[in-house]
Amino acid sequence: MNNIDVKFNLNGEPVTAVVPVTWTLLRTLREYFELTGAKEGCGVGECGACTVLIDGESVNACLYPVPEIEGKNVQTIEGLAHPDGTLDPIQQAFIENNGVQCGYCTSGMIMSAKALLEKNPQPAESDIRNAISGNICRCTGYVQIVESIAMAANMQEEK
Amino acid sequence: MINYTYHKPADLAEVFGLLEQHGAKAELIAGGTDVMVYIKQSNHSAEALISLRNLDDLCYIQDNGDYHIGALTTHRMLEQSDLIQTELTALYQGASQVGSIQVRNVATLGGNICNAAPSADTAAPLMIMDARLVLQSSRGEREVAIQDFFVGPSETVKEWDEILTDIIVPKPKGNFGSAYHKHSRRKAMNLPIIGVAIGLSLSAESVIDDARIALTVAAPTPIRVPLAEEYLIGKTLSDDLLKEAGEMASSPECCSPRDSLRCEGWYREDMVRILIPRVAKEAVANANKKDIQ
Repeated sequence: MNNIDVKFNLNGEPVTAVVPVTWTLLRTLREYFELTGAKEGCGVGECGACTVLIDGESVNACLYPVPEIEGKNVQTIEGLAHPDGTLDPIQQAFIENNGVQCGYCTSGMIMSAKALLEKNPQPAESDIRNAISGNICRCTGYVQIVESIAMAANMQEEK
Repeated sequence: MINYTYHKPADLAEVFGLLEQHGAKAELIAGGTDVMVYIKQSNHSAEALISLRNLDDLCYIQDNGDYHIGALTTHRMLEQSDLIQTELTALYQGASQVGSIQVRNVATLGGNICNAAPSADTAAPLMIMDARLVLQSSRGEREVAIQDFFVGPSETVKEWDEILTDIIVPKPKGNFGSAYHKHSRRKAMNLPIIGVAIGLSLSAESVIDDARIALTVAAPTPIRVPLAEEYLIGKTLSDDLLKEAGEMASSPECCSPRDSLRCEGWYREDMVRILIPRVAKEAVANANKKDIQ
């Protein structure tokens, strides 16, 4: 098994991963960088628990071959809050609005929401539901997740 | 055993060189949303993966007489293209319903076609548009009509050393509108139970000049329904006419849907019959929307 060096930008910092070439981005994030926010819910790109942003676009990290991350900008849930600890409005809204139960889908939900709000700061409810349609939640029934994202959009607009 | 070398060729010449070097022990990968799943589920990989992901030259949506779509264009790009939404509406509807946003951000049109699932969401739209596929190899280039491309579930006429590079969609003539309906249980993140794509062109008096009907998950490959198409052409659009076309298309002469995990064959036949009139009317509405713009 060959290792490769992959240089990319992770949560604003230039990094190098030295990992087996067959690893996915998800495994690299969790086991090389110990960023366990992204989860393996299914491993086949159907649940969205592994959702991270690459150059601002949401992807399933479990299907992303690590060699392809070379030179890209990756943002995970760990990179969402500001360096001084201030939470992103989406994170704040999820806390205030009970958008979290077991928490397993939460990282992926928030990253999908982040991708949405960066492009569409005033989404309609249908836009929000569409944006998270690749993220499964088995706990909440989605209502409070959708409301949290709507709340986050309002919080951002007020700033 | 999952163990592969991973190659990122910068251009087609490099791809062909790698294919020659590794032969049938290599596998092509683009977005990876099919290939990586197969590798994981089978716990087996080819010796070498040749990534097409970085062939930026094959990522485009162009109008130069005909429409040309590069094989590496992602479904998300198709989804966000005004041109595709307006002019090739059925393709927009198909591409925008593949998987999820996370999948569509990386999955390519070429991959969807070459993976050749009988349920592929871009297949029925491209079938009604008489798309032509450009296949290139170190031996040269050839064009294959999409109707000749699929030969079985996950089986195509593409040779192991060929790359799909370009999808040509002839510009529809006249007042042509198209629509695609993906019949499925969930609103997202699933394969269709049945897929219906229809393209219609009407004259001023609502006479059908041109009719194309394609079905997916109704046979081992995506299919056109020439019997129902010929029935419609030259006749005046009406509910009864469309109902008859639906009956025809759902008959054993036209399709052969099977029982599967998702549902039984009889239900698929029923849905073909019921959906054809609905999708036909949507195609007509889409043609009219173009005029208004």
